[in-house]
Amino acid sequence: MMRFLSKALTDIRSNRFLNIITIMTIALSILLVSVFMLFFENTGRVLSAWNQDGRAMVYLNDSFTPAMLPNVKEQLISTGGIEKMVFIPKTQALERLKKEIGSKTQFLSTLQENPLPDAIEITMTTHSSFDRIQKAADRIEALDIVDTVEYGQGWLGRFFKLFNLFKMTGYAMSGLFLMIALFITANTVRLAFYARQTEVEIMRLVGATDGFIKTPFYVEGLLQGFLGGILGIIILLTGYLTLSSGISQNLGAYVYLDIHFLSWPAVAIILFSSTFLGWFGCFISLKQILGPWKF
Amino acid sequence: MSANPGKSNIIRLFNVTKRYGGKLALNNITLDIKPGEFIFISGPSGAGKSTLLKILYLAERVSEGQILIDGINLARISSTKLPFLRRRFGMVFQDFKLIPSRTVFENVALVLKVAGEKPSYIKKKVMHVLRVTGMEKKANHLPPTLSGGEQQRVAVARAVVGEPSIILADEPTGSLDSESAQRVLDLLLGYHQNGATILIASHNIEQMDCFSKGRNIALEDGKLKRISTILY
Repeated sequence: MMRFLSKALTDIRSNRFLNIITIMTIALSILLVSVFMLFFENTGRVLSAWNQDGRAMVYLNDSFTPAMLPNVKEQLISTGGIEKMVFIPKTQALERLKKEIGSKTQFLSTLQENPLPDAIEITMTTHSSFDRIQKAADRIEALDIVDTVEYGQGWLGRFFKLFNLFKMTGYAMSGLFLMIALFITANTVRLAFYARQTEVEIMRLVGATDGFIKTPFYVEGLLQGFLGGILGIIILLTGYLTLSSGISQNLGAYVYLDIHFLSWPAVAIILFSSTFLGWFGCFISLKQILGPWKF
Repeated sequence: MSANPGKSNIIRLFNVTKRYGGKLALNNITLDIKPGEFIFISGPSGAGKSTLLKILYLAERVSEGQILIDGINLARISSTKLPFLRRRFGMVFQDFKLIPSRTVFENVALVLKVAGEKPSYIKKKVMHVLRVTGMEKKANHLPPTLSGGEQQRVAVARAVVGEPSIILADEPTGSLDSESAQRVLDLLLGYHQNGATILIASHNIEQMDCFSKGRNIALEDGKLKRISTILY
């Protein structure tokens, strides 16, 4: 194996320019994919954190009377996933509202009757996923006594939809760039092969097996992929360190931001993928070139 | 008509025909070659000399007929076993077919590397062969820096380093001056005397004078025109 590795390194050195281009292409493709991964990992975490308290307001309809409260609470518990419940009578809600905005407007003091509904503030045990909160809210909303459930579904829901749209676009672009990298890797191997066609022909004449001929190309492809992956991760890490400190300093005071670099498993997946990319590009090329060579 | 009547044939051709498109390169050739024989294949350009060697080392498949090498039918050999059969041959070409980016040592060592020999054995064996061919001092040179005669001696070294039972030489002296040509022929003669079966294809019939015994196979328009014994 050391012989093949040494041969591959020699070949990379002798076709330096071509190999640098390939490694750079792989690095850029991997960088793009990693940027998306980093963005989605962190955005997902931040969104979850924003929604992490899992609080929702259950507004009860007009048929509710305080005597029904124990029964309503039982019904709410039966929907599952509720950790805590606090009943807020409509009188208390109005008092609270008056305290908050009463000094700014005369409107509340002119009211003939309380327009606010009775409500129960609930805290979900399933406080990580927006989807799960949404499902729990739907179950609660289906109860006869419940008018509506408010859990920030308006803006947060739109944000999640937008986030998912970005995610799909990211996947599509990552796929596209990986295909481009694959195409370029395959072509580099093809050019390297044609540059060494005489050598390959002579190897065949002296009894070299397919494995003996192909292995240095595969090692070269694996090395290109691995080095491209390493380079991509290094560029990403540099960019992350530069940007993350700036973002935390400027926005950290206003919004909750918990930004991390890619996890080790994610880095391992990226490196494995880039190495596989190098190998697969080589595989495609050699299959096309050496197929017709078979005697 | 064989050098060693007691031995079984190492190469057998039965009604071998090779066509390139509609053109006949070899036409119904039947031939037996004994181990250790010296065969001089003569004929003008286009007679089929090179084609005959090519079908022996399986650079080309025959259109019709059968070839047996050491009892192995070439028509039935799989592509995975082909490299192992080729290792039985040592080959010398008019254009040398050396890898220009590899040193003389590496070119010769390639045969042993593909056979999976150990580096220590490869070094010892290659240096020995280079010494015999007079190329020891140029072991670290690249082929393009050598003269034609020197390159062909490297090619001979590569052909014999794996101790093949059969050496095929296609116009081995075609591009050499008379002194270099003689030196290459002497080397081939030396390996023939050591027991190798040698087939040389050449249009230069005077080269037969270098060999004391053997057979001349004369080809013309792809047909076997004559088989004669060389005796001087």
